[in-house]
Amino acid sequence: MKGIVGKKVGMTQVFEAETGRLVPVTVIAAGPCPVVSVRTRDEHGYDAFQLAFDEVAERKLSRPELGHLKKNGVGPYRRLVEIRGPHELTPGETVTVEAFEPGEKVKVSGVSIGKGFQGTIKRHNFSRGPVSHGSHNVRAPGSIGASATPSRVFKGMRMAGHMGAKRVTQVGLTVVDRVPEENLLLLRGAVPGHRNATVIVREDSR
Amino acid sequence: MANPIHLIEQRQLREGIPQFKAGDSVRVHFQVIEGQRRRVQVFEGVVIKRQGPGARETFTVRKSSFGVGVERTFPLHSPKIERIEVVSIGDVNRAKLYYLRGRVGKKARVRAKQV
Repeated sequence: MKGIVGKKVGMTQVFEAETGRLVPVTVIAAGPCPVVSVRTRDEHGYDAFQLAFDEVAERKLSRPELGHLKKNGVGPYRRLVEIRGPHELTPGETVTVEAFEPGEKVKVSGVSIGKGFQGTIKRHNFSRGPVSHGSHNVRAPGSIGASATPSRVFKGMRMAGHMGAKRVTQVGLTVVDRVPEENLLLLRGAVPGHRNATVIVREDSR
Repeated sequence: MANPIHLIEQRQLREGIPQFKAGDSVRVHFQVIEGQRRRVQVFEGVVIKRQGPGARETFTVRKSSFGVGVERTFPLHSPKIERIEVVSIGDVNRAKLYYLRGRVGKKARVRAKQV
């Protein structure tokens, strides 16, 4: 499993080199991420590696965080992300955008934009009721169950509530380009999260 | 740090694009890919608008083809555009010539600027 941590910069468009077609891309400022520690199957029961991202002042971190980073010879970084899967990294190495080749398929995880408290139409793609002929059932959810049997509402019934601001993974994105000098990664299509949100880019091996 | 999006867009910009604005008549030579073959097609007409900043800028050319108005929008910095020729400079009083859409025949003309 290849992976890197980055920050969503925003979207723009680029011209494809061979065909001249316009491609919508998300720009991600990714890495360089030092490998802080590795998990091995023998010692921990699973394979993974831990990446640090986004350098900060030392005073911004708690002492346990600093101690963990210092122990592994890494400076102060804001984010610490563990990426699971077999890998060949060792602590002290650095992962840069050059780990990804243009044309490669990747998946991107991040926290989606918070939508607040939303009704069933936006949140669960319910249909709207009629707006005319005296209807009062315009954006209401409709029936949420039967009467005396079971005389309760089933768990998991789709209703209004908080939407967004949860971890989402977008799969099947293509790496269009990379700019190693600026640590930029250009991915075709949209990516979860608002601007400056932390996102995790991993290879999509499906 | 400079805005990375700006940087990426700067790299897309093309040089050698002639100066033209809404009202000018242009001839756009652009590549069409048909299967494996590439050929150059020419679209000639009046520029009715230019829109967008930087590398995202596009322009729309309107012409009348067999009595039917045809509009085509090109990305200004597209590598598919081989050449843009400015045929004449128009004398118009606005930046977006949407009023041409409602006109046909002689009224749909744009006066050329006397130099």
